[in-house]
Amino acid sequence: MSDVAKSPSQPAKPAKPVSKVFTRPRSLVDTANTFCPGCHHGTAHRLVAEAIDHFEVREKAVGVACVGCGVFLYDYLDVDVVEAPHGRAPAVATGVKRAQPEKFVFTYQGDGDLAAIGTSEVIHAANRGENLTVIFVNNAIYGMTGGQMAPTTLLGQRTTTSPAGRSGPNDGLPIKMAELLAGLDGVAFSARVAMSTPAQIKKARQAVRRAFETQLAGEGFSVVELLSTCPTNWGMKPQESQRYVLEEMTKVFPLGIYKDRKGTAE
Amino acid sequence: MSAQSTQEQVFAKGNEAICLGAIAAGCRHYYGYPITPQNDIPEYMSARLPELGGTFLQAESEVATINFILGTAASGKRVMTSSSGPGISLMQEGLSYMAGSELPCVVVNICRSGPGLGGIAASQGDYLQAVKCGGHGGYKMPVLAPHSVEEMYSLTMLAFDLADRYRSPAMILGDAVVGQMKEPFLPTSYDPAGITQKPWATTGCAGRQPQIVKSLFLKDDAIERHNWKLWQKYEEMKAREVRHEEYRLEGARIGVVAFGTAARVVKTAVQWARAEGIAAGLLRPITLFPFPEKAIDGWARRLDHLLVVEMNTGQMVEDVRAATSAHDKIRFHGRPCAIPTPEEILKQLRTLAGRHA
Repeated sequence: MSDVAKSPSQPAKPAKPVSKVFTRPRSLVDTANTFCPGCHHGTAHRLVAEAIDHFEVREKAVGVACVGCGVFLYDYLDVDVVEAPHGRAPAVATGVKRAQPEKFVFTYQGDGDLAAIGTSEVIHAANRGENLTVIFVNNAIYGMTGGQMAPTTLLGQRTTTSPAGRSGPNDGLPIKMAELLAGLDGVAFSARVAMSTPAQIKKARQAVRRAFETQLAGEGFSVVELLSTCPTNWGMKPQESQRYVLEEMTKVFPLGIYKDRKGTAE
Repeated sequence: MSAQSTQEQVFAKGNEAICLGAIAAGCRHYYGYPITPQNDIPEYMSARLPELGGTFLQAESEVATINFILGTAASGKRVMTSSSGPGISLMQEGLSYMAGSELPCVVVNICRSGPGLGGIAASQGDYLQAVKCGGHGGYKMPVLAPHSVEEMYSLTMLAFDLADRYRSPAMILGDAVVGQMKEPFLPTSYDPAGITQKPWATTGCAGRQPQIVKSLFLKDDAIERHNWKLWQKYEEMKAREVRHEEYRLEGARIGVVAFGTAARVVKTAVQWARAEGIAAGLLRPITLFPFPEKAIDGWARRLDHLLVVEMNTGQMVEDVRAATSAHDKIRFHGRPCAIPTPEEILKQLRTLAGRHA
């Protein structure tokens, strides 16, 4: 501050036209979030808000929040939100969409919510081809409850309920939801993306947009699985957790578009 | 569809009368999962609602069903489901969330025998689950107990009005007998005065601030205040919504307390007792919550005996005891998972009247 105050005033230059290239999306509430440092929920929220703005559906959007860190969706997205019981978001979203087919309906769910307690609801919503979008944040652990093993936890990964590391014979193998859902006839779009590099975020943005477009075109069920960090419960620094996604998670959960009924698979 | 209309009179099954009442009250969304003895309801709705531009959807489970219901209720639409014991148990999570989120819906329980898979015989074994808060957290909801096909129709319409008025789930507690029996009745037309606006619904934020439907309250004392707000609603229901029928209580010395199918049987027994000169009458709770505790206390003080008859081992009798201090006058006659006969109730009345045959 003092340096600026002391610097000599510059001679006036002709003003260059200024254009805004980066700003907060209209659909993202202007507030600090309570997510941990290095957590990807903030990025995932932003991608959803950007897509809502892109398609100008904010005023007809109804979001369905899950149980877990994702429940705070209603604090950060500037749209109508219904909170669902744990795992039931696709069933709640079905009820919203069937009552208001003209509205834009999406769920935002974590891996404990979608891939453990809510497998029945997501599989049947997908199989019915419900015309709604599921945003699935997979960070391979239960975040809000303090780092317990999830169905997506990697083999050998230590959690508070797999202190010696996840064991295949005892705990089963990580469940691959993007592939599983892509196999259902009701699903129009299924992709897995990550958010650990700028290039990945760019692809993630495209995938979320494509999923939204799928619903707006009335093509059926769309899901985007976002590989995400949980530095706090992984016991890692934010940078380490990015490396964990890039080097470990993507080996088990390969990135790609698993189904795009209109487009071509990657 | 065997519901036939001859001029104004309708001859229908109880389960069909529920559908007619729901449709008359403007319900156009029904979701459900098959379970005996209530399948007439989803079968009727699956044929009728699409004709009316509504939605019928068969869910993969009762867990999914109640969450379809939650989503449609949050959308501001009248919505109904029906099930029986085991299915109602699976809906308890969703009912707790709906009570917490203040979402209206109508849930029909055509009660079968329990616990567990139990049996498909008529029962009143779900009384406590219905009136004491079947899910977690401590909530209430209006519970209506029809004892005729006409009431299956009219109380369903009332259930929608109460659900909307109090922003709460409401339950019809029937059983296999009132569900399966056929009777003629005159359907009253629905009074649209019961329709409540729903400005809180999540319908997209066009022209207003975004709205949230939720049951999670983490900040400060918000959840304590929310619980007192819900309690206030339940107190208001107790003050305004108690409904009961008094049948031949004039000059009675013995009062029978029974609801639903059991009350239907008791009416016959009371007629037979009166013919023998036994001064018996029936006090029939129509709302199980709110419970007609003042009326019961009044009759308990006035009468010599209060006989509680239920199709279970004694559930409502707990509320009868709680309603009055005249405990020594209370007797119980129960037939778990079976229908009491007028003969056996008459025998009880004779004994209470001091007439040993």
